[in-house]
Parts: sequence; C-alpha cells; structure tokens
Amino acid sequence: MEIVLAIGIGVLTSSGVWLILRPRTFQVILGLSLLSYAVNLFIYAMGRLKVDAPPIVGTGGVDPALYDDPLPQALVLTAIVISFAMTALLLVVLLASRGITGTDHVDGDDGE
Amino acid sequence: MRRAAGLVAGGIALAGAALLVALYPMIGDGLVLRSELQWLPAQGLNLVLRLDGLSWLFAFLVLAIGFLVVVYAHYYMSPEDPVPRFFSFFLAFMGAMLGLVLSGNLIQIAFFWELTSLSSFLLIGYWHQNEAARSAARMALIVTAAGGLCLLLGVLLLGKIAGSYDLDVVLAAGDAIRAHELYLPALLLILVGAFTKSAQFPFHFWLPHAMAAPTPVSAYLHSATMVKAGIFVLMRLWPVLAGTDAWYFIVTGAGLTTLLIGAWSAIFQQDLKGLLAYSTISHLGIITLLLGIGSPLAAVAAIFHTANHATFKASLFMAAGIIDHEAGTRDLRRLSGLRRFMPITATLAMVAAAAMAGVPLLNGFLSKEMLLAEALEDYNDTLLDLLLPYVATLALIFSVLYSVRFIHQSFFGPAPQGLPRVPEEAPHWMRLPIEVLVMACLAVGIFPAATIGPYLAVAARSTIGAEPPAYSLAIWHGVNQPLVLSVIALVIGTLAYVVFARRLNAITAAPLIGVLKGRRVFETALSAIVTAARRLERIFGTQRLQPQLRILVVLACIAGLLPFVRHGYDLGANDGTMLDPGFAIIWLIGAGCAIGAAWQAKYHRLAAVVLVSGAGLVSCISFVWLSAPDLALTQLLVETVTTVLLLLGLRWLPKRLPDIWPEGDKPASVNQRRGTDLFIAVAAGLGMALFAYAVMTRPMPDTISRFFLEQSYSAAGGRNVVNVILVDFRAFDTLGEITVLGIVALAIFSLLRRFRPARESVADPVQQRQQDASDHAREGRDVGDTLAESLLVPRVVMEWMFPVITVFALYLLIRGHDLPGGGFAAGVTMSIALILQYMAAGTRSVETRLRVRPIKWIASGLLIAAFVGTAAIALRHPFLTSWFRYLDLPVIGKVPLATAMLFDIGVFLLVVGATALILIAIAHQSVRTPVDADAAGRRRA
Repeated sequence: MEIVLAIGIGVLTSSGVWLILRPRTFQVILGLSLLSYAVNLFIYAMGRLKVDAPPIVGTGGVDPALYDDPLPQALVLTAIVISFAMTALLLVVLLASRGITGTDHVDGDDGE
Repeated sequence: MRRAAGLVAGGIALAGAALLVALYPMIGDGLVLRSELQWLPAQGLNLVLRLDGLSWLFAFLVLAIGFLVVVYAHYYMSPEDPVPRFFSFFLAFMGAMLGLVLSGNLIQIAFFWELTSLSSFLLIGYWHQNEAARSAARMALIVTAAGGLCLLLGVLLLGKIAGSYDLDVVLAAGDAIRAHELYLPALLLILVGAFTKSAQFPFHFWLPHAMAAPTPVSAYLHSATMVKAGIFVLMRLWPVLAGTDAWYFIVTGAGLTTLLIGAWSAIFQQDLKGLLAYSTISHLGIITLLLGIGSPLAAVAAIFHTANHATFKASLFMAAGIIDHEAGTRDLRRLSGLRRFMPITATLAMVAAAAMAGVPLLNGFLSKEMLLAEALEDYNDTLLDLLLPYVATLALIFSVLYSVRFIHQSFFGPAPQGLPRVPEEAPHWMRLPIEVLVMACLAVGIFPAATIGPYLAVAARSTIGAEPPAYSLAIWHGVNQPLVLSVIALVIGTLAYVVFARRLNAITAAPLIGVLKGRRVFETALSAIVTAARRLERIFGTQRLQPQLRILVVLACIAGLLPFVRHGYDLGANDGTMLDPGFAIIWLIGAGCAIGAAWQAKYHRLAAVVLVSGAGLVSCISFVWLSAPDLALTQLLVETVTTVLLLLGLRWLPKRLPDIWPEGDKPASVNQRRGTDLFIAVAAGLGMALFAYAVMTRPMPDTISRFFLEQSYSAAGGRNVVNVILVDFRAFDTLGEITVLGIVALAIFSLLRRFRPARESVADPVQQRQQDASDHAREGRDVGDTLAESLLVPRVVMEWMFPVITVFALYLLIRGHDLPGGGFAAGVTMSIALILQYMAAGTRSVETRLRVRPIKWIASGLLIAAFVGTAAIALRHPFLTSWFRYLDLPVIGKVPLATAMLFDIGVFLLVVGATALILIAIAHQSVRTPVDADAAGRRRA
C-alpha cells in the first residue's frame, strides 16, 4: 500500500505543480486542488497506514496500537475545509480579475 | 468634541503628574520602584516599569509640561484643525515618552524609543496638507528611527555583555562592560541613536525642519521630551558607558561642535521658531558636552540644565506661537514694537529669553555657571580639554546675541508695518502656561536650593549610581572665573547685537557653516537608496505570477532536498501493509485522472473539472481504505461542493480558442519554458513520493496521539477521536479555523458585490440561445420552454431530496462525537441540500420560497462556539473547557450530552452559512439582469 500511495502523492503533486505554473487562472485553480489532495494525503501518511483500524474507540480501556493515528486525521479534516475556502476565494478573485482586465491570464495581461 | 478631547488629554497629564507627586516621598528616600508584568520570562523579556530619581524628574517634566502644552494647544489650534486627532497623537507621544523614561529593561527602552519616533512623526506631520510638514515629518522619522535601530543594536550588545537586559543588572555591570571588547561598538551604536534623537552634530539637521509642526508640538517635542530622549538614554547609561577616552572624545566633541554650530546658526535665523530651533540644538550640545566630560559634577550640571532648558524653552516656543498667532508672521525682520500691543506676553518672553541667555537671578544662569566651572576644570590636558572654556564662552556670547535679538527685534522699536493683522494680547488662558513656566524659571533662579535642590539631588544620585560630590546651588559664589566669563559673554553679546543688528537682518544664511547643508546630504543619500532599491527590484523582483511561483516551488524543492543530500536517502525497517490489487487499480485511475486534468485544463475545462474530481474521489476512497472514515466523508462532501463551485465559475471565463500558434510554429522560448516547468513538476512529485515513502516505511514514534486515544472516551466522553480532537482537545484551533472560514465567505461575498463580468460573458450562453431560438421557431412553444423542461425528473427528485438531506445532515451532526460525522461534514451536507434547491428550481424561484440568510448563520455559529468557550471561563475553567454527562432517556436510551456538542453545533451553523454564502453569491451572478451589466460596462468604459 505504501508504495502505491507514495506514487499517487507524487503524481498528484507533479500534476498540481505543472498546473500552478501555467498562465491561465483556471489551470492554477485546478492545480491548487490537485496539490491540496497531495498535501492532505501526505499529512495523513505521516501517521502511517493502517487498514480497518479507524480511530473510533470502545468504551473500555484503549490500546493505541489498535487504532489509526487520529492526529493527522484531525489536521487533514480542517485542511480539507480550508482548501475548499481557498479554492472558492481564488475562483472569485480570478472572476473579478477577468471582469476587470478582460483576460484570464494570471497577470491580468495577455501580452507574451 | 474639541473641548472633550482637550479635557481628556489634560486630565490624563494632570492625573499622571499627581500620581508622580504622590510617589515622590518614596523616591526621595532613594527607593527604586519596580513593577513587572510577565511576558516572556524564559527569555528575560518582561514589561518592567522602574521609577527612580532620574526617571521621576523626566516623567515629571513630560507630564507637567505636557499638561501646560495641552492647555496652550486648546487655545492655539484653529477651529478648522481636527483637534481630537491632535490630542490623540499628543497622548500617544506622551505615553511613549513616559514608557521610555520608566523602562526598566534595555529592549523596552529601544521599543518606546521607536514609539516616540513614530508618534512624533504623526505630530510633526499633523498639518499633512502642508508639503513642508510632510517632508519634515518624514525626515525626522527616518533620522530618528534609523538612530533607534542603532540604539537597539547597541543595547542588544550591551545586554549580551552584561548577561541581562534588565536595567538594574546592566547598571551594576559598568566595569565589566567598559573592559569588554564589544564596548566600543556598543558605545558607538548607542551614541548614534542618542545623537540622532537629540539633534547632535552631524545629525542635527532634522530639528529646524521639524518647526513645520504646530507650535504646541514644537514647544513639547523640543523642550522637554523628544530631543531629551537621547539625553535621557545618555544619562541612564552614564554609569555604564561614561569615563573612557572614547566616551570623552566622542561625546564631548559632538556636544561642543553642536553647541557652537547651533548658537552660531541661531544668530542668523529670521524665523522666530528657527532661532529657537537652533538655540535648542545648541543647548542640547551643552548638555551632551557636560555628560561627555564624565565627572559626576558635570553630570549633575547636565541634569540641572535639562530641567532648566525644558522650562525656558517651552515658554519661549509658546510665546513665539502667540506672536505668530497674533501678528500673523514669525519673520523677525517684519516684527517690531510688539511690546505696546502685548505687554504681558512681552514681559514673559523677555524673562524666558533672559534665562536662555544666562542672566543672573534666572535658572539658566545657574546651570551656565556650572557649565563654565566644569569647562574650566582641568581633566586631562588634551587639546579638547584646553579649548573647552574658550569655545564655551564663545558659544555663550552667541547665545546672548541671539537672545537679545529675539527680544529686541520682536518687542522693541517702532510699531510694526504691514502685518497681516493687528496684534493684541492673547487670551489669558493661553498665557497661563507661559506664566507658570516663567515663574518656575524665576523661582529656581532665585531660590535654587529650596526649589529644585532636593529633586536634583535625588535625580543625580540615581544617575551617577552613588552619592554625588558636594556642590552648591546658590546665586552668589563670590567673584570667580565662571562669573567673569559670564559677564564677558553678556557684555560682548549685547555689544555685538548693537553693532551688528542691522546687518543681521539682511543675511539669509549663516556664514561659514551655511554651506554645511545636512538636509542636502540627507536627501542625496535617501534618493541614492531609493534608486538602488528600485534597481534591485528590477533585477530580482517581478510582478508576474509565474516566475514567482516557479521560484517558490524550486526553493521548496531545494529545501526538501538538502537534508537528503547531507544524510543520504534510505528506507525504514517497517514492512508496511499488504498491497491490495484493488488499491493499486484505483490509484492507476487516480493518477490517470490527475495527469489528464493537467493535460486538458487549458482547452477542455469541463473535462478537466471532472478529471480533478476523479482524482479527488480516489483520494477519498483511499481515506476509507486506510481507516479514515471522517476524512473520506468530509472529502466527498467538499468535493461535491467544490465541483458545483467550479462549474458555477466556468460561466464567466472566456472561450479558449485552440492554440494561438499553428502546429510547428511555436516559438522556442515557449517550448523551453514548458520543458522547464515539466522538469520542476516532475522533480517536485518525485521528491514528495520519495519523501512520503521514506517516512511511511519507518516505525511510528510515540506521539501525543496516544494521549488523545486514551483520553478521548474517559476524559471527553466521545468515541470518535478525530471529532473529539476537533471540538474538545483542540477546540481553540477549530474556533480559529471556523473564524477564517467565516472571513473568507464574507470576503467572497463582498468581492462579488462589486463583480463586473467581462462584456462577452454578459450575454446568455450559446446553448441557452440555441434553445430559445428553437423555441421561437417552433409552433406552440414559448421562449424558455426547453430550458424549463430540461432535466425535469432529476429536478423533481432534487427538490424532494431537501428534507432527506437535511435529516441526514442532522444525523451526521448528532452522531459526530461517537461515529464518523461532526459539524464540518454536517455543515457541508446541509449546504449541499440548499444548493441542490438552487440548481433544481433556479435562483429566483428558490428565493421566493426559501429565505436563506447565510450571514446570520455565520454569525450565530461563531457566537455559539465562542459562547461555549467563554461559559467555561465564567465557571472558572480555562477557555473552551468542555463538560459531559451521559443521560438515560426513556425510549431512546443512553444519550451522551456534552458541551462539545454545542460547540459542534456552532461549527455546523458556521460551515452551513459560509458554504451557502459562497455558493449562493456566485450563483447569484447569473441572475443579474443584462441591463445591469450593460450599464456597468458603460460606466466602466
């Protein structure tokens, strides 16, 4: 599993980085989305992988070894919500910039 | 308003002065009062207020003269000036100055020092409509703040040498500091700071320009406060820094030069305030000179002269302000014979000017005698020491000359001709501050031992750090050398005026040193710095986003690479989990989606959005697979909302035409740039993959997660540990996060209120136009029918789903503490229910039936979350402490009840509000009528 996830993170990062370096605002937005998937998975992976061990504890004593690490999950949960807010804000900024400058180039200026 | 502002400012100054007087008995007994507010105790950084004799004297001057200036300013400021702003700047400055003199910590001194620079900038530039005031304020700020940086470096060095920033420790470490190799750099830096602030040569040029400030500001800044800040620091650190050759030559030399240049220049000023400004420079020179000599007796004289100068100079500035106010000009050549129009002001000004000139029976005379005595004393037979009495006497002759000129030119002679208005006596309240100050000059001048004696002794003791040597404050010490020199100065100065008076009026710049234009040097240096900065910006800066991002990504890659270059790359010992072929397959799809999205994002936006969602779905499935149900749930929901959002945005983007470069005609630069970007992207991805894999193959160290898992149920009453972390253990972080979310939503909302679509996006989309055209062409159909009929069945289903989704959202919310779910997931679900209604029925028809008020949801969510937190404070627990209990309800059974649940409801409400606000605000753009947009387009054009 680890190797697959690692490669997946790598591919998401590559695609995201490629896109944020593009000149059109829409590409940059999609790039940021892909990058945030990659980063969220990366943070999550810092807690190591466990299958079938969700951090939902019983009512008795708790053996931490039996559960997946909850801390990266909590971090990623908030990151998901925040990345939504970021995407939305960026979208609106680029729409406004498109309205004002008449182009969807990231610099608001189509001249090459 | 005007009156209230004056009352507040005056009241604060007076109350402060009263407190200070009440504290005097303790200070008089030689106690040092300290009050400490812990801030960073581990770093030795606390807010330390320290009151000893020296700071008492300065604080008293700051507050007492501050009060008098407030009274004066109340009458001085014209009705057009925004007086409340003046007094708030004034209070800010007074506070900064008090903070400076009461500091018990070196860094604190530097901090308040910069605050005085900042607030004096505001005061000097108070008449900001006036170009001279603006540039004077800027100059004062740059010079004194740059000096402040030097001071900060200096005191940092000093603290390093002494091992502590605490003033008491530093003052006790004088010998060690003077013997240390870093003594000289520290001394130089501190002196640059003090000299810039106290307008010592060669940094004196800013002070005369600062006369563009309103006169009350000049009266305050240049008598008792701002310029005395440098003097104060020199006195404060006198026991630590003084006594070495370096100190003697630099400080005495600078003081002597300043004294001479200031006094000489003052003679040739035609502006009343300019004369006073240069005279201030020269008197500051006297004080610096005395401190430089390094003997305890000279230090006593310095303190004495500081107090004396503050009183007579403040009153002279105020008198100059009255003359300006009443006669409409400050030009000495135009003023004449004002004595007849304002006899009282004239008398007061004469006494104060006599004090400035050092006439017996006034306070200036006494400290001048002390100066001459110290100048005559042989300390070290160097050239400087031998020159001192001659140069000092010369400067005193000059000061007699300009004082006489000030008085004679403005108050004596024939009645003035051609003044802008007929002068008359100023209102009594405006004169009162001058009267008080002049009385002080007289009282100290006639009964020194009875008036200032004890305060001076206390201040001197705490400055020197030991009992000062015996000195006598008396008017008559018999005929001695200082007295002879004084008489010589008075006689020659007066004679010189008689001889040169007429010629002085014809001069425009001070001879000999008129060529020394500090201002010109300053401006040349400043413009050189600006040019250099612009050049650097041109070379290293760019306003284009792509290079910036490229640099960021490359730097991040390098930063990630460095540790591996140093320590090598290897894998850990963990075997890892067994690979499931299904997992590999979904990731094959995921990787394909990601690459496809990267490939297609330019020309096929819709396809790219779908592909990105595919990648998101794969990461979602991975979360489910890898024991993170909460993440999977939230990711799935957020994914839905994001897709809707992007689809809403697509409407406003320009059509993308195929390649602007026909096949094979692409410039090489484009290929090269794309090649570089591809390389960067692959490198970044490879780095992340290798890094992630290396971490995942290592065993997990013991982390705080163990605590969360163990305590989740027993201490917080929740079984879903992720949710418990969010709403209980780390609820404060979550509170911050939802605040950010709310702010983002509001930012989007307000950005969109001013949104103007590009012109070509205003018309209906092509598809809609085609549908309408076909409706128009066919019999029996109205325009818009096709639009209304499309997707009819899904739309009905969507409308009917509203209650179902709402119930599901509430279910997620309630079970969140124990099972996957929680406020975030529930909130996003609820917003999906809302946006589905919009998609199904159209914006207009939804809003006739359903009034969603997202901003209220945001507000109530935030309020509830914050209220739950503060309720804990009210019950004497730390902020956001939660409480829980299990309740046995009939029928339903055992139900957990926790305040964390309330907090989660707050999160839920806020997330609903924020998400809905964002989506609705964007969705709303398409209902703006084209007329609206057309009009807006015309307005813009």
